[in-house]
Amino acid sequence: MPSTETVAEPLVRLRDMHLSFGNNPVLKGIDLDVQRGQAVSIIGPSGSGKSTILRCITGLLQPQRGTIRVGSTDVHTLSKEAERIELRKRVGFVFQQYNLFPHLSVLENLVIAPRKVLGRDRVTAEKEARALLAKVRMEHKADAYPGQLSGGQQQRVAIARALAMRPELILFDEVTSALDPETVGEVLTVIRELTEEGMTCVLVTHEMRFAEEISDVVYFTENGLIVEHGSAEQIFQRPTSERTQEFLRHALGDPGRRAPVANDPYLLTNLSRYSLSV
Amino acid sequence: MAIESSVATPVAWPRRHMGKLLLLLIVVAWLVFGAPKSRVFQALIQWSPSLAIGFGQNILISLVAIALGSVLGLLVGALALSPLKLARLPARIWVQIFRNAPWLVLIYFTTYVFPFEIHIGSSYISFPDWVKVTIGLALPASANVAEIFRGAIASIPSTQWEAARSLAFTRGQIFRSIILPQCFKRMLPPWMNLYAVITMGTALASLVGVHDVIDTAQIASNTVNITGFTVLIYLSLLALFFAYCYPISRLTQRLERRYAFY
Repeated sequence: MPSTETVAEPLVRLRDMHLSFGNNPVLKGIDLDVQRGQAVSIIGPSGSGKSTILRCITGLLQPQRGTIRVGSTDVHTLSKEAERIELRKRVGFVFQQYNLFPHLSVLENLVIAPRKVLGRDRVTAEKEARALLAKVRMEHKADAYPGQLSGGQQQRVAIARALAMRPELILFDEVTSALDPETVGEVLTVIRELTEEGMTCVLVTHEMRFAEEISDVVYFTENGLIVEHGSAEQIFQRPTSERTQEFLRHALGDPGRRAPVANDPYLLTNLSRYSLSV
Repeated sequence: MAIESSVATPVAWPRRHMGKLLLLLIVVAWLVFGAPKSRVFQALIQWSPSLAIGFGQNILISLVAIALGSVLGLLVGALALSPLKLARLPARIWVQIFRNAPWLVLIYFTTYVFPFEIHIGSSYISFPDWVKVTIGLALPASANVAEIFRGAIASIPSTQWEAARSLAFTRGQIFRSIILPQCFKRMLPPWMNLYAVITMGTALASLVGVHDVIDTAQIASNTVNITGFTVLIYLSLLALFFAYCYPISRLTQRLERRYAFY
């Protein structure tokens, strides 16, 4: 599949990526490009391999076939953990379940990786951490522990923790799926600001409106294949694939209506007035 | 986990401990008014210093046993977590053997297997019975500590590993900075529980001739030779062990409740 936007060397380039867990094929040939400074969203039904793609990009999973290139690193050829660690220093990851370290305070959560991995000194690391906390509007909770925070607050701290490594690229794995509708907004605001600052982001998301608004490119996946990709406007307004159209119709609020079952005995209006006993 | 306890408001202190306070009152009243005149009680007072020394022996055995067992257990537990199968196997065997052997058998085993003195160069290091018993107790303790350690590591969700890996930590760094600090908190309650059980297990030491509190009580009861005294002295042993182990188990419960959330 020749890509339409190969003007510059992309920051992330996946070609024909195959991965299966045992006998269960999850990815069946994924091609994906992310340009520097772009926000790319991957949408699609659950179980279509979206999160798996992200885990392959940062070397948490190893595909059986295909090539992954992040910057100048050929991720699929990395065999040593030390090489993958070098890659992960440049790629941030934000999880659906936040995965903050519960035994460390918010500030320590942000400081620990720069100190232990990048070897920064404590004073600099803490100064940067506080600046990042201010950016995600969590500076007032620097000394709290993750268990004392709401989901939305934890997720914002998790984003700041990823940013503390100064990554070139951040991967967001359904970061709002575990949040209640009210706190989704505060997390999305932070991500929107990041994309506006030109941070390269890859998002796996079920927030269709958000994806449409912030993404430069949207990929629609199903059953381990990219069904369709293009600009946000193209995918959301003029999807060509029938499957994309159907998915978006359901996802964008039109509740899928099924033909009513004739004489459904469990439907209240189908009960005869005498069949109700009190 | 703590749903019921958080709902029910505990009653105020004196009312909550009504039964215990009453019991204490009766015991004190009996000690002050009834006991001093009786021969049985006077004999108990006479024997109490040697009982205390004997109990000191029990505590010494229990402390050394849990210390030895913990060090050994952490080593075995670390071995059991090794990615190498060759290292895991001996650790598994160690844990299975010593967790499933009766303690008394292990104590007899160590007592008769180890020599009474060790010959190093030109000097002889004596190997007293209480040390052998301590080792006999340290063996099952180590197996249990290894299991507690393994369980604590396994109880840390794999997402913690994943999160740390995504932040470019090495395996060793994840272990030291992320997993172990979370483990020690989780290990503390079962470890203290194990210590209480080991302490009660020290009562077996008298069977291989260690001069501990049980042994002292036997000598005392044979010497005084009054049925009432025999009953009383074993009751006071019960009270001694209880007074030592009950606070530990209460503290364990409190720690468990504190670490239940997070």
